[in-house]
Amino acid sequence: MWERTGENKLIKAGIVGASGYVGGELLRLLANHGDVEVTVATSNKHKDEKVARIHPDLYGLTDLKFTGRSIFDLLDDLDVVFLAVPHGTSINYVPQLMESGVRIVDMSADFRLRDPDKYPVWYGFEHPYPDLIKKFVYGMPELHREELKNARYIAVPGCIASSSIYSIAPFASLDLDNNVITVDAKVGSSGSGAELDESKVFSERYNSVRAYKPAGHRHTPEIEQEIKYATGRDVKIALSAHSVNMVRGILTTSSIFAKTDEIHGWGLLREFYSGEKFVRLIMDKKSNFKYPDPKIVVGSNFVDLGFAIDRYINRIVSFGAIDNMIKGASGNAIQSMNIMYGFNESEGLTAPSLFPV
Amino acid sequence: METKCKICGEKIQVPDDSMAGELLECPSCGMNYEITSISGNSVEIKPAENVGEDWGE
Ligand SMILES: [Zn+2]
Repeated sequence: MWERTGENKLIKAGIVGASGYVGGELLRLLANHGDVEVTVATSNKHKDEKVARIHPDLYGLTDLKFTGRSIFDLLDDLDVVFLAVPHGTSINYVPQLMESGVRIVDMSADFRLRDPDKYPVWYGFEHPYPDLIKKFVYGMPELHREELKNARYIAVPGCIASSSIYSIAPFASLDLDNNVITVDAKVGSSGSGAELDESKVFSERYNSVRAYKPAGHRHTPEIEQEIKYATGRDVKIALSAHSVNMVRGILTTSSIFAKTDEIHGWGLLREFYSGEKFVRLIMDKKSNFKYPDPKIVVGSNFVDLGFAIDRYINRIVSFGAIDNMIKGASGNAIQSMNIMYGFNESEGLTAPSLFPV
Repeated sequence: METKCKICGEKIQVPDDSMAGELLECPSCGMNYEITSISGNSVEIKPAENVGEDWGE
């Protein structure tokens, strides 16, 4: 409402499942995007209600209302559809959307894993469209930029997976003493979505550090897949996820068992991410923030990386910090979409983080 | 004279009257270096041992 009018924008977007946190974050970031106008936001639960009632950060920025109509009846005026729906739901939309010719940015896990045999193991369902998986590109610009340029369909990475992959990939090419890499993830409460259940009652959640997924986290195969893609290495990821006392943000602490030193380690990071606008290396020994910390990244599309060397056991302790809603979801979605359409890659994503927050 | 930080790659100015054994600090990342040798226009540095933060544990 306050910037260029919709007629001047290049493409029109629809968001399916727009009342959740990921949908809201897409709406927020796209409100500031010069080339994309969101004209459709679907929600069954909140149909006909103002978007800004559910996403109050958008008061004054949009007069869009949620629609309860099927996205398939609204495709005539859309160029791209974002699927901000739960895992196992996107597969119900994708085949028909593909037939219509619209482009797809899928926020769910349904098309992230290249190997369809992983779906029964990690997600509990047989993938009904294994052939369609190949049509999707994994939406991590730093690893898949060239493929994204020719993409029509994007599978946006998981939040913990993103932080883990960014912080492990540069080191996974080292001579590893052990092919098991442990990842300790600390996740803000927004990572578990906007649906209420008993575990999210304030009295239960506040001040707790809850090991909500000590083993068997679904992002495990995604991390292994992308480390293999980046380095050719088969590694095993031992991931434990904790919910901590913050709303936004993820910190992953990964142990990579290999011998190196600070100078070589920083050299690997600088080389791997050379020229990447949204990767920051946190290395200032005189700063109050000597290592990545979600506190200094939330609100932005940055991923902050850093590490320490454990000489006692020849371990690299590698940290990744992201805003789980942005670089861990909607930010990477929009950055990947920008590449797919040939827009300025950082369009809509240049806001610095909030500090202090 | 100047040299390059081995951690972050930024330039570090080396005063002309510097001597081996003196310490330098990278203005960008704060890394401390010890000058190991200096002659003419060439200077060699190595990381100096740092005292870490222990949070009073
Ligand atoms: Zn430096």
